[in-house]
This record gives sequence, C-alpha cells and structure tokens, in this order.
Amino acid sequence: MKPLHERIAKHVSGLPRSGIRDFFELVVGRDDVISLGVGEPDFPAPWHIREAAIYSLEKGQTSYTSNLGLLSLRQEIADYVRKLFGVDYDPATEVLVTVGVSEALDLVFRSLLDPGDEVVYHEPCYVSYSPSIVLAHGVAVPVSTRVEDNFVLRAEDVEAAITARTRILLLNFPTNPTGAVEPLEELEKIAALAVEHDLIVVSDEIYCELLYGGPDGMEPGEHVSIASLPGMRERTVLLHGFSKAFAMTGFRLGYACAPPELTEAMMKIHQYSMLCAPIMSQQAAVEALRNGTPEVERMRRAYAQRRNLMLKRFADMGLPCFAPGGAFYMFPDIRRYGLTSKEFAMRLLERENVAVVPGNAFGPAGEGCVRACYATAYDKIEIAMDRMARFVKDLETGG
Amino acid sequence: MDALLELLQEDARLTTAQMAERLGRPEAEVSEMVGKLERKGAILGYHAVVDPERVGQRHVSALIEVKLTPERDGGFDRLAQRISRFDQVRTCWLMSGGYDLVVLVEGEDLREVARFVSEKLSSLDGVLSTATHFQLKVYKQSGFIAGETHEDERLAVTP
Repeated sequence: MKPLHERIAKHVSGLPRSGIRDFFELVVGRDDVISLGVGEPDFPAPWHIREAAIYSLEKGQTSYTSNLGLLSLRQEIADYVRKLFGVDYDPATEVLVTVGVSEALDLVFRSLLDPGDEVVYHEPCYVSYSPSIVLAHGVAVPVSTRVEDNFVLRAEDVEAAITARTRILLLNFPTNPTGAVEPLEELEKIAALAVEHDLIVVSDEIYCELLYGGPDGMEPGEHVSIASLPGMRERTVLLHGFSKAFAMTGFRLGYACAPPELTEAMMKIHQYSMLCAPIMSQQAAVEALRNGTPEVERMRRAYAQRRNLMLKRFADMGLPCFAPGGAFYMFPDIRRYGLTSKEFAMRLLERENVAVVPGNAFGPAGEGCVRACYATAYDKIEIAMDRMARFVKDLETGG
Repeated sequence: MDALLELLQEDARLTTAQMAERLGRPEAEVSEMVGKLERKGAILGYHAVVDPERVGQRHVSALIEVKLTPERDGGFDRLAQRISRFDQVRTCWLMSGGYDLVVLVEGEDLREVARFVSEKLSSLDGVLSTATHFQLKVYKQSGFIAGETHEDERLAVTP
C-alpha cells in the first residue's frame, strides 16, 4: 500500500505548519505563565447574549436554518452594517451568515479563484490568509508593511504586486497582528487601484469596533470601510463577525456582505460544505446586534486602558512600539536586542514566563517584532510588564 | 469623573497611582477628584462584598417591609433617617407600591433581628406595620455572583 503521507494532496502537504501551533506547544504545560499570546477577548460573551442562546435551545430551536442564515439575523446585520459602515445591503440577497470570518474567507477564495489566480494581501497578517488562498488553488502574493512606517499599507507597494493574474485584493484593518489602522488617504488610493485594475476587494473588518481615538485613545474611533468609498460597494466583499467586539469567538459566527452574484456563489459552496451556521449561535447574534452595543463599548474602554498601560510600560522599558489605532494587539520592535522574534519570545517565556507570539508567525514581514495581546486582565498585564521590563534590561546588559 | 467612578465601583482597592495610570491622568489630579467625591458625599464608603456562606458567618439578614404614617412636614424623611441610624440597618430605601420603606437588617441570629423589629422598629411612632422576610441564600450580592471564581480558560496561544 502506498504510504498514507504520500496520499495527502500536494497543495495540502505543502502547507507549512502554523508558527502559532509550534509556540502553543511550548507554552502549554508551563505553570504561572502570563499569556499575552491569545487572539481573543478575555471577557465571556455578555450574559444577555449567552442567555439568548440558552433560550433558543429551551424553545427547541435545534433545526437547520436557511442556507443564508436566519432572515431576522440578516436583517439585523444589514441594519448594523448600514449604521457602522454606511453601506446598504439587501438582507435577502446580499448577506451570508457563515461559521466565522474564517469560513467566509474560504468561501470568497473558492468562489473567485481559478487555479493560478493571484491574491494580493498585506503582511504581517492573520495566519490563515496564505493557507486559505493556497487551499483554493490560488497564489498568495504578500505585500510587506513595515514597522518604520507603522505598518501602513502603501498603495505604491500594492501596485507593484499587481499582475495580469491578480483577481483579489485582501485587506484587514484594523490589522491582526499589528493593530494598524489604514489612513484614509492611503485607503482611497488603494480603492482607486482596485478600480483601475478591476480587482475584487475582500475586506476583513473583524476588529472595526475596537478603535482607540481621541488624545488618550479612550474615545471610540471612526471606522471607514473601503466598501463605503465611491465605486467600491460593487466590487467589495465585506467580512465581519461577532468574535472580537461581542466577545463571541466560540460561537463561531461571521458574515459576508457582497453584491448578489458574489453572495450567491459563496452560498453555493456554503450550502454543500456547511449547510448553515448553528442556529443557537445565530439567535445569540440577533440578541448581540439588538442589545449588545453598550457592552461592546464597555469592553472597548477596558481594552483602551490596557492599551495605554502597555504603551506606557513599553516606552518606560525602552521597547520601541508604535501606538496602534485598533484591535487589541501591540507589535513592539525587538530588533535592537540582536535576537530573532522566535528567540526573543522563547527566552522571554523561559526566563520570565510571559508568552508573546513571534512576529514571523504572521509572515516574514513580522520578523523583528512580537505580538503582545492586551485582551487580558489589567493586573495580569501589570505583572507581565514588570517581568518584560526585567527581561529587556537583562538583554541590554548582556544577560 | 465617570471613568474614575467606574474604576472605583469595580475595584475600590486600586491605589491613586494605579487609577492615575489607568485613566492617563496625573496622580495629584486623581487624588483631588477622589477627595472631592468623598467630601460632597458622592462616594458614601468602601467595603468588601462578602459571601457569608464562604466565611462561615452565622449571622442572619432580613428584608423588612415597613408602612409608615407620613408627617405633615417632611413626609417620610425624618422617620426613615431615624430608622437608618440603627447599626443593624444596612440599607434603607423609600419605595413605591404596597409599603413605604424596605429595610435590610443584619443581626447575630434570628432572635436579635426579631427583637430589633419588635422593640425598636415597630414601637416607633409613625410605624404602622412591618413584615419581616429572612434571607435563606445569597445568589448575587452588590453585582457579584456568589460562588463564581474567574479562571482564564482560553488557550494560551491563539492566532
């Protein structure tokens, strides 16, 4: 019999292991670790949302829903998106409820890519982007953003990456892992490029409620979706979900908003692979959109305080880090210590029991940085910062 | 001011320095703000919220509905304030509905509370009637769910 490992499809066996996975295995099993390595809120989903899921089960709602998702949820989504993004979508034909934004991404790529088609996206980025493209037989074309430039995606860099095979431009602002928010003038230039080269823009805006505006970052910032720019709605697939702002990661619920032809194509794949998102999650999401926004703001303010704490402590310990405009991540620059991201993260873990994620887990452009997540209790961050300060001081004195 | 109150209501143990850091304000300013709130009585006090069951406290709590005769000058205020001054009274509110005051009382045992009601409360001029309900179990106290500890159950490293 042919060995089993040789039976794995080439485009799957060729996928690299996730750097996150490697690091995760180092962290588990250690005691007293303060982890800044997570990518999800430390708050549980607000109780009224959890209660809505329970109520849905109590009422015996355990069936399939429409492939697109419950109409009541799609209506709420359309209203929410209109309020938040200023873009109108028809809940009947332009909204698809998915199992997280991750599924939506997979659907977009499988719907739009023929083998060899290229997707341009910016690095450092969420770990699934490149694999999702490759699994859809596309070609991943990363564009680097730079720490010196506060990880702004430059239109000229995007333009240089566009070829005759480019079909999709994938954006993620605010960005995981850097927390970067794209300046409007640059976003406008990128939109113009998409029109000029006739590209579909896939915009993952999962962190868009978590913005830190005002002089001290405590005010809610203003989010501009590329879908709201002139001429963009018709060529944009807007991806959003409930995981981050509503602290509902485990509910696994996201959505795609796009013109009917694109929604229909995504729905075709979704109906055969997933059928529909879980009904109790969908009922919880209806409650989240109807009554959850005050809780979102409460959590955002808590993140804002922690962000300020990390900014101040990093500055105090001499660790260069730009002030990210969104999400719940810091991406400090560790190059001055002469270590790779992985070496820095491993030594920090071994010596001080603080877990951060090596920047190169998010693509080669993340090398030289580490990701520290501030979705962790304030007092834990205080301890982690004390430990990190001691650690970098030791590094500086040659320890 | 609101952000400061929010912090204090969540955790009054924070030092002025810690609050200053969280609010991004100078320590002296935060100290001044807290002082102001205390002086004008906006902050009535600070205390730990204790689950009596977990510390083995045997004392009892009761909720007492009280009906009063309002006075010509001042309505219920004078009597309500008088009742509030008893050490046994932890909380006292004027209510709408079928009775006038709700009085939360704590005592060493059932007898002490009963004595307080019959000797101190009912005997006051103006108190028309009382109905005493003893507490059996605490599920939530001042915003905290009893018996709930907070463990971080997230995976240590996630994308």
